[in-house]
Amino acid sequence: MSITDQEKAVFKAIGGNDKDAIESVYKDNFSLIQHFVLYNNGNEDDARDVFQEAMIVLYEKSKSPDFVLTCQIKTYLYSVCRRLWLKKLQQNRRIESQVENFDQIVPVEDDLEEHEKLNRQYLIMKTSMGKIGEPCKSLIEAFYVHHKNMHEIAEFFGYTNADNAKNQKYKCLVRLKKLFFAQYKNA
Amino acid sequence: MDQLQLSEMVEKYLRGELSGAEKVAFEEMRMNDPELDQMVVEYHAFLDQIENYGAIRRFKSTLYDTHQTLQEDGLIKELRIRGSARIVKLWSRYRRVVTVAASIAGITALFISGMITVFSPKTPLRDIEELRRKVSSLEKQSSTQRVELNKFKNKIEPGASVKFGGTGFIIDPQGYMVTSAHVLKDAKKVYVQNQDGEDFLAEIIHLDASSDIALLKINDLDFKAIKQLPYGFTKTPTDLSAPVYTLGYPKDEIVYNEGYLSAKSGLDGDTLSYQLAISANPGNSGGPVLNKNGEVIGILNARQASASGVVFATKSKNIYRLLESIKDAKSPQHISIHNASSIKNVDRMQQVKKVQDYVYMVKIVLN
Repeated sequence: MSITDQEKAVFKAIGGNDKDAIESVYKDNFSLIQHFVLYNNGNEDDARDVFQEAMIVLYEKSKSPDFVLTCQIKTYLYSVCRRLWLKKLQQNRRIESQVENFDQIVPVEDDLEEHEKLNRQYLIMKTSMGKIGEPCKSLIEAFYVHHKNMHEIAEFFGYTNADNAKNQKYKCLVRLKKLFFAQYKNA
Repeated sequence: MDQLQLSEMVEKYLRGELSGAEKVAFEEMRMNDPELDQMVVEYHAFLDQIENYGAIRRFKSTLYDTHQTLQEDGLIKELRIRGSARIVKLWSRYRRVVTVAASIAGITALFISGMITVFSPKTPLRDIEELRRKVSSLEKQSSTQRVELNKFKNKIEPGASVKFGGTGFIIDPQGYMVTSAHVLKDAKKVYVQNQDGEDFLAEIIHLDASSDIALLKINDLDFKAIKQLPYGFTKTPTDLSAPVYTLGYPKDEIVYNEGYLSAKSGLDGDTLSYQLAISANPGNSGGPVLNKNGEVIGILNARQASASGVVFATKSKNIYRLLESIKDAKSPQHISIHNASSIKNVDRMQQVKKVQDYVYMVKIVLN
């Protein structure tokens, strides 16, 4: 099935964290995935987790310059969710029942391998962030996650001026970097 | 150039924020200094990682918001498998476990009933301190000041003074809330006050002294229906050492505290309760105790008088039990609580921000 220009535009917008695009994809696909997970030994929390992870895969692919979407978003999401969920079932050694069939599935194994790599890196950064303690964590997050500028940060954290905040941020960053690479090189 | 300036320069360089001349100078420096070059490479990899981390975090938060909005607007529904299909599924999954568990349970039950006849129950010791707050004159003063300020909102008739206080939290958006039963002792009227200082008249629907839970219903025209609860109520036992937190009103303002689960039973092996290591004061009674997933595991109700930092909370299971017991009796409307928390993957600060709107101060008027 060919992909419409509109689909392509939505796919592109996902990578830009576009609320409307995310909402429309979410609305159109969540029920299908939920149905799939619930009827294959999962509960509503599993459904949400699997669906949101698949959305993250979609987001990563949208940002990746090498990736070309060759099927509908619906098909892609379904294929990813199916793969993710089967994997989880196998890990948990739950009884693997015959998973109900859907006429269109695309191969996503390679895509997911890439996603797992990114996810591992994300988790390493997350644990490192957890280890640097406060106020470092909030400071670094304010700058790199929420994109606040140094003046706002200085004001919020009660530093006398932006230079002080900058100094503190630097110290935190050095610690974070050390923690991060210690794990990253082992991984 | 010191390390700080250098790292700033590298960061600017990598973001393409250096001017033409600066860039040329920097690249030359980099060419002549392998150590600097290595630093730039490492820094680049690291900054990419942080950027990715930030981007995913932002995306996750959009996903979370989207889920909430769509659910509130009824555009998606979280389905649950109900009835026999679910039971059959669970049965086939856990058949072996259940059989083994049942036989162990049988033997244990016989053993325990034997033990109980041997050791007859002792009367509970009084070394427990219930955490309802006595509103002292000083505090009364500050609340009278508040009365002046919020006269239009305050419903408590002049003359009737608030004698005791506790905490309560919403369990159903129609205005049902729970608190500790002892908070309501001798109460003639009960008011609950939200974070904005608005008072609402509440009615006592049910009191259960054994589990120390009281069910209240806000009966006030000014009370507007609220949005779906952010937290769920878990029936599964919480593990030892699990981090927990609570919100409550030991003073006229909401207070947050955190700690951990220190024992699976309460005073003298009371299995209706958990023991927590958390700081709690009079007024905290009736407050929710939540785990890291934002699920209510219990209601805080007492602390041990003889030891510090030993606090007890009645388990959430008891809320389910209480609702079940009044189902056919006198409950006017069907109250249903569930275990799904919508703040599961959110950090603590965001969780608290959501939860605090559902935690109320309970004020008791005696005469």
